[in-house]
Amino acid sequence: MNYLARRLMTFPLVMLGVSVLVFVSIRLVPGDAITAMLGTEAGLLTPDQRAALEAYFGIDQGWFTQYWRWLAGAVQGDLGVSVTFGKPVLDVILERFPLTLELALLSMVIALAIGLPAGIFAATRNEKPSDLAVRIFAMIGQSTPNFVFALLAIYVLSVGFGVLPAMGEFTPFLENPLRNLGQMILPALTLGFAFAAAVTRISRSAMLDILSDDYIRTARAKGVPARKVIWRHALPNALIPVVTLSGVEFGYLLGGAVIVEQIFALPGLGRMVLDAILQRDYALVQGSVLFIALNFMIVNLLVDLAYAMLDPRIRLGGK
Amino acid sequence: MQLLRAIFSHSSGRIGGAIVGLYIIIAILGLLGITPHDPLMQFRVDRLHAPDATYWMGTDLFGRDVASRLMLGISQSFIVAFASVALAAVAGIVLGLAAAWFGGWWDGTIMRFMDVLLAFPAILLALLIIAIVGPGTWTSVMAIAIVYTPIFTRVVRGPALSLKTRDFVDAARTFGSSRNYILTRHLMLNLVAPLTVQVTLALAWGLLTEAGLSFLGLGTQPPASSLGLMLADSRNLMEMAPWLLIFPGIAIMIGILGFNLLGDALRDILDPRTRRSAA
Repeated sequence: MNYLARRLMTFPLVMLGVSVLVFVSIRLVPGDAITAMLGTEAGLLTPDQRAALEAYFGIDQGWFTQYWRWLAGAVQGDLGVSVTFGKPVLDVILERFPLTLELALLSMVIALAIGLPAGIFAATRNEKPSDLAVRIFAMIGQSTPNFVFALLAIYVLSVGFGVLPAMGEFTPFLENPLRNLGQMILPALTLGFAFAAAVTRISRSAMLDILSDDYIRTARAKGVPARKVIWRHALPNALIPVVTLSGVEFGYLLGGAVIVEQIFALPGLGRMVLDAILQRDYALVQGSVLFIALNFMIVNLLVDLAYAMLDPRIRLGGK
Repeated sequence: MQLLRAIFSHSSGRIGGAIVGLYIIIAILGLLGITPHDPLMQFRVDRLHAPDATYWMGTDLFGRDVASRLMLGISQSFIVAFASVALAAVAGIVLGLAAAWFGGWWDGTIMRFMDVLLAFPAILLALLIIAIVGPGTWTSVMAIAIVYTPIFTRVVRGPALSLKTRDFVDAARTFGSSRNYILTRHLMLNLVAPLTVQVTLALAWGLLTEAGLSFLGLGTQPPASSLGLMLADSRNLMEMAPWLLIFPGIAIMIGILGFNLLGDALRDILDPRTRRSAA
């Protein structure tokens, strides 16, 4: 059986595992959804009203029945109704997803635009002061928690330049691209900073490895210009680990960036799931975690496929 | 001893080792209560006092000494990081060895379960666990440990699988060595190198996650002190009292940097494959 088919076959199994795990764990959270939704007013409900609400949100039966009903809906694309939003879960997720996707893409663009050239530059100046400077910077970048970066950036901007990051109501990109980018740039830089540091480190070490290979020496001996050796001969091979790292990192970012969204008051996936957990919005937690896990697995599969495209020697699924 | 010497002759190992050593001393002092002031004491007349000779790093909104709270916070962060990584490492070693040694059904079940945990977004998994048990120090330990277990399991299983088929293991078997002896002696000893590297890097990540969870208000609970908590408190006061932001922020950064540098150095020293690109 070919590789793609085999990989795709593990998807339902892992998804099933994820769904059982999230289903059980969210129900272990103390407190019930109706009380979490209505607060003190829940005390005013008659038993009949409470039962009606529970039936409406599908939480009136035993766990097994609930899970079965949810699963039967999920395979048809119906993830249930969110208690907090009063809307279908899928609609809520798809409302939040564009922001998360945009943030992930922007951070990756920033990371690659800084990290790749910096890594290559450092590799070609191995052990010289400029290499050391790049490495120190990358190491610091990798060791800075994103909330520390975000808070320091806000501080420097507000105290040093008197600018406050645009927070307030979030504007979608298609509505007003400029305003949207104004709101997104600082969160994207925050996430992109550590990401760029990781890209720098991995592209530097991959490039160093390859520059000592025989075929590069041959190319140099033939008199190929240094610039061409780097960009045409070495780079394509050095890209393989960079693609892996960026892909995995991008996959994580698609799961939402809880802390950064919290700091910059962005309505992304991460904050939504956090709120959903705190509100015991069972259906929303189940649906969004499943959605995030599926994204993560798809991105990982794409990374593996990109691998094979970059390096024809890698034959996927070979023993 | 040999390893210590190797670390100290490695440039980033020296810096990383010094940082980690310093932090461990600070953490112990913080635990023993040897701080400039009582970290919980509220010096009400000196609220939001700028750093000076009495309050090295200033005071917070309640007039508590930032330097003392920082020391306590570092010990708190270190306890969580060390405890969670130790738990994750033990769980990962047991699961990884079981998967590699027994193979077949065991391997399939354990590794699929680890796939499920890995497909789960890490921070969300931690958040779920915290929601179930309620926030607190030991919940953070458990949450971080569970998130990190699949990674240790993978780190152990891969090399254990290839070690299992090596001649010296076969030889040990023909001598009649027991399974446990082979597992603990032959396999474990050969896994020490990759595990040491992983543990050091995991500690950096553990510090980061503890700070992140506390920052969200889901880790260490006040009035106890934690670096993440201090940063969260600094958010609305940073223009008036920047020391509340700068000292804990830099303390976290340098702590994580120390473990990262040490991890890198250990990888260079212990993993022969990366020697070529080593500094």
